[in-house]
Parts: sequence; C-alpha cells; structure tokens
Amino acid sequence: MKNLNRRDFFKTTAFGVALATLGAKSAKASDKMLSEDRIGVLVDTAVCVGCRHCEWACKVAHNIPTTDLDTYSDNTVFKEYRRPEQTALTVVNEFENEKNSLLPIQVKTQCMHCERPACVSACIVGALTKEEDGSIIWNDDKCIGCRYCMVACQFQIPTYDYDRSIDPHIRKCDFCHDRRKEGQLPACVNICPNEALLFGKRSEVLRVAKNRIKRKSDVYVNHIYGEQEVGGTSWIYIASKNFDKLKMPTLVKNPAPGISESIQHGIFAYFIPPVTLYALLRTIMWVSTRHKDKNSENLSDIHKDEKGEES
Amino acid sequence: MIASPVKQKYITPGVMILIILALNGLAFLAVRFISGLGAVTNLDNTTPWGLWIGVDVAAGVALAAGGFTSAALVHVMQREHYHAIVRPALLTAMLGYTFVAFAVCVDIGRFYFIWHPLIMWNGNSALFEVGICVMIYLTVLYIEFLPVVIERFMFRVNLPGLLKILNKPLDGILRILNRGLPKTMFVFIIFGVVLSTLHQSSLGTLMVIAGQKMHPLWQTPILPLLFLLSAIAVGFPMIIFESLIASRSFKMKPEMKILSSLGSMVAPILAIYLAFKVGDLFIRNAFQYVLVFDTAAWMFIAELALIIIAFLLFLSKKTVDSPLRLFVASTLVIAGVLLNRINNFIIAYNPFYNPKMYIPSFGEISVTIGCIALLVLIYRAVVIIFPVISQENVKARN
Repeated sequence: MKNLNRRDFFKTTAFGVALATLGAKSAKASDKMLSEDRIGVLVDTAVCVGCRHCEWACKVAHNIPTTDLDTYSDNTVFKEYRRPEQTALTVVNEFENEKNSLLPIQVKTQCMHCERPACVSACIVGALTKEEDGSIIWNDDKCIGCRYCMVACQFQIPTYDYDRSIDPHIRKCDFCHDRRKEGQLPACVNICPNEALLFGKRSEVLRVAKNRIKRKSDVYVNHIYGEQEVGGTSWIYIASKNFDKLKMPTLVKNPAPGISESIQHGIFAYFIPPVTLYALLRTIMWVSTRHKDKNSENLSDIHKDEKGEES
Repeated sequence: MIASPVKQKYITPGVMILIILALNGLAFLAVRFISGLGAVTNLDNTTPWGLWIGVDVAAGVALAAGGFTSAALVHVMQREHYHAIVRPALLTAMLGYTFVAFAVCVDIGRFYFIWHPLIMWNGNSALFEVGICVMIYLTVLYIEFLPVVIERFMFRVNLPGLLKILNKPLDGILRILNRGLPKTMFVFIIFGVVLSTLHQSSLGTLMVIAGQKMHPLWQTPILPLLFLLSAIAVGFPMIIFESLIASRSFKMKPEMKILSSLGSMVAPILAIYLAFKVGDLFIRNAFQYVLVFDTAAWMFIAELALIIIAFLLFLSKKTVDSPLRLFVASTLVIAGVLLNRINNFIIAYNPFYNPKMYIPSFGEISVTIGCIALLVLIYRAVVIIFPVISQENVKARN
C-alpha cells in the first residue's frame, strides 16, 4: 500500500464514475404513474349496520376458512376491538353513538391503499407494488418476510404469519385484484346489503362523499378521512363522529415515505455523494502518504548528517 | 510491533460459561427455525421488530464501527502510531458483521430468500440500501482480513487426512493473493470506509418512514446523521474496551500508549454528536416531551446522560491515562450508543394501536446473548490461531 501513485488515484476515480452511471440507471425505474381513473371506495359509516357480511365475503374470496354466513350475525364480537389479521383481512368494529344510542356506529377496517404508500416505498425487494389503478398488491415470489412494511404502514395494516417457519405470508386487503381482473366488484363491496360501501373512481367517490356531507351537515362531521391523510388514500370514510373517537389515527397530510425517500435519494443522488467521499478519502490517503514519506526521508537525512559529523 | 498468535489455552472457566450461553441460544434458534417466529419471540402485528433488529442488527452494526474508524485513521490518514489496533478492530468488525448478517437471517421470515435483494431492487427503500451495503461491506471485510490468513498460512497449509490433496492448490491461491492484494488493498479499504458511512447513516433512515409511529423524542429527519455520528463516536471506545479486555484475558500489559491517544480523540467526536443530538431536540421543539417524565422520557434521559458523563470523563487527562478509568468511560459510551439503538428501534416505536407493550421474550434474549457469546468464542479462537494481536509488551505471568 505504500507505493501509491497518481495512476492508482485515477484508476480509483474511474471505478467511481462507472458506479455513478450504474446508479443513474437504477434511480429512475421506480416511479409508476397513477391513473386518473384510479379506483376508490367510500365507506359511509352512517349507513353501515354492522352485518359483517363483508368479513365473510372477504374470507371466501381469499380462500380463508370461515364458518357459515349466519354465524356472522353474532354481535358479541363487537365487545372487543378487533384488528385485521392473517385470517381476516377486513374487520368491522362498533362504536357508541352519542346522538342515538340505538344506532351504534360501525367502522370497517382494511388496507387503505394509500396514494403514496409507505409499505411500497419501504419494501426491500419491491414485493409490494402500487398498481396503476391505485390498488396495492403483495408478491409472494419476492417477499423475504422482513416486516419492514409493517413498520412503515401508518394504518398498521399488513399482518405476518408468526406461526409458520416455512413460507410465512404478509397478508392484507388486495382490493380483490383477481376478482376485478374478471370484471367483478371487490367481494366486500359486492355483498354489502346496505350500500355502505361505494365503489368507483376515486375522484367520483370523493365527490359523492362531499355531497353527502353538504346535504346532511347535521349528520356528518365535516371531514373525509382519507382525502388528505398521509397524502390521500383510495379508501375514504365519512362518519357522524370525529374519527379519533372511532380509533382512526390522526395523521399528517404529508405522505409517509416523503422524508425517508428524500434522504435516501439525497445520499445517493446519482451516486455523487458516495463517489465524492471516495475521491476525498483517496486524496487524503495520497497526501498523507506523501507527507509521511517526506518525513521519513527527512529523518534519514538527519541520520546521514549525524553520521557524517561523526566520521 | 508485530502481531502474532496469542499463546494461550482455549478453554478456561469463562469460556465454559460462554459455551453454555451459546448452546442455550442455539436451542431457542432451533425452535425458531422449526416453529416460526411466534414460537420464540414476543413479536406480533403491532410490534413487527424487536430485540433482534434493535440489538443484534442495529446495535451490532454500530458497535462494529471500530473497523472503519480505525481503517480511516491508520490507512487513510496514515497514522502508523495506531497500527496495532487495526487487526483487532478489523476482526471485531468482520465477526460483528457476520453476526449481523446471521441475525438478519434469523429475524426475516423467509430466511431462504435472503439473497433476493441482490437481484430484486427497490432504490426507495432504506432497508434495501442497508442490506446491499452490509453485504458488500462484509465481503470487503473478509478481503481486508486475507493478509492475516496469508501471513499465517502461506507455505504452511497443512490440512489433515483426506483434505491433504487441497494443500497445494490452497497454498497456490494464497500465493497469488499475496502478489495481487498489497497493490489493490487500498481500494478495498477506502471502499469499506465509504460503505460504512453509507449504511451506518441509512440504518438511521430506517425508522424515519415509521412517521408518527415514532416517539417525537427520536423521530427526526437528521436520524441518519445522528446514527453516523454516534457510530463514529463509539468506534474508538469499542476498540479500547476490547483491547483492555483482551489484554486482561490473555494476561498481557495494556497498550496504554496507543489507547491513551485513541482516548484523547473521543471527547471531540462525542461533543459533535451531542451538539447535533441536543440541538435537534430544541430546533424541533421536542424538549417538552422530556419534561413529561414518562418511560420514553426517562429512557431518553438515560441515553443522553450516559453519553454526557462519558464525554466529561474523556475530557480529563486523568481518564485517558488510567486503564481502569479509560475502561469505564469507554463502557459508558458503548452503553449509551447501545441504549440509543434500543430506544430508536424498540422504545420509540409506539404505534397508534398498541394494546400491550413489547417486552422481549426469554427466547429472544437467549438468542441475543447466545450470539454475543458465540462471537466472543470465535474471536478467542481466531486470535489464538492467527496473528491479530500485537504483543510487543508480552508479560508472561507464569
């Protein structure tokens, strides 16, 4: 390592430049355009009666074992607050209605299909993808089970198979990607007897939501949950009660991956920062080596002088 | 000063205890691989990451920072004075990162797909960056260690039994490496420093995406900078800590000349880290959360207090000159950075739906301790076989 010279220095710089071009190529691949016609669902919690048919239909559509539909009329499950899990990609919870105690408020929970999804940004291998139509789906062939999507998701939606050692799955609502490919509605929307779930273009259901709030301002609070939360979501909610009282997190308007991605792309902007650092370190090394060699030459000169005096 | 294999017996009472701890950890590991993560850990859908990511991976990477800080000091800045610390620090980094990779394998659900990030890229993901950098850096560390292997075994490859036929080819490989490596090693060394800078900071970026799920005491856009600075700050204390333990364990005189001058560089680095850490707290107006004095606040205070006390100790010349004081001060820095990683990955992670607080299970703790024990055991074996530790001042006691 001691005979470093100018040629080595340029060799290393060339190596860095090669890396930089590689980086420029890989940086562009990720951004997929969202369609103007991307889909959405309006959940009108004031219309939902808590029949839980959506829970049953979801399981059937996703080949999750389930009991008969009749058993879902059992209201005792509402005693405990439930979250989506491996065996239930959507769940309905019940909340008290202060305005009318006979009409409790039911809230369906499932993946919100964010406009700027944190899970997709976080996934180490790109196993989660945001499709052009707005849905977010999980790719079984890529996932390594690191659970970073679960860390990233602001709605705490992805669930993991903690009881399996081989082939554990990340599971969440996939907006019935397979059913829709065959021209069918999402299973939950399809079965909902009360039309509490309204499926359509996101822009369209958003317009309906605004109209309903305007028309019945005595019923609804003036907030469309999901219109702006973490940059907006495909599933949006309206309710007669503040959303923080319905156990929905109060979130900022900025997309969750925003800061993280800016940092990430800042550090790696076309590989310029790392290559600069490399070049800088190489220069320091070069200068330090020369400096040291000079010093030791000087030292040996002194030795010679001393010897000269002696002789 | 020339490094040589340590002349000591491998087995001691302490080593026996380490073996038991390692076996205990391995037993729980077996259960994890047979029955899944749920069987051993307290992880669930609300707490997807726990002790293994917080300590084995995040703290492990930080505490292996001695590798790149010493490489920067000795090879890049050419401070030959510190030459004796390079190999032990390199060995720690090499073993440390090996165990980080192992811990990742243990923690990810589909461990058999660990290679996926190599071909499936997501440039937006901080985890992808960490993963790739750690993989490459680990390779670089093994390359950096090759000269030690060459020094020990070139012309001396002597495998027993049937493996004998490999003696000649292996020796040939070592000789070829010996011709090529010295001229190219500087590339790997600088590359190693760059890779470390990148992934040490990206480890901090990891939790940024958790957004509001992170406690405001820790959630900051400068997390990557804080992670990098604290990693640099813990590098030298970790080298000092290990060197003092090694010299005690192998009954050698501590290399105080080197360790003291290393120690005198710690205070300024800690000062920079503290300035950013505390400054960030006030700029973000997050100091109010300290005054709440809840669990999170106390953990934050503890983490900061450890670093501040260590900083004050390192300021004094008395600390730097005494092996005992130096050891205590270094331990405080290590504890502070360890606690910082635990705080960032476990305590600060406080999601909206959080029915019960995550406390690591006995199995998780066993695996973590078992891994550390195994690491120490391998370290001991390597320094007995390979010329890693410089023994100018060997003082045989018997």
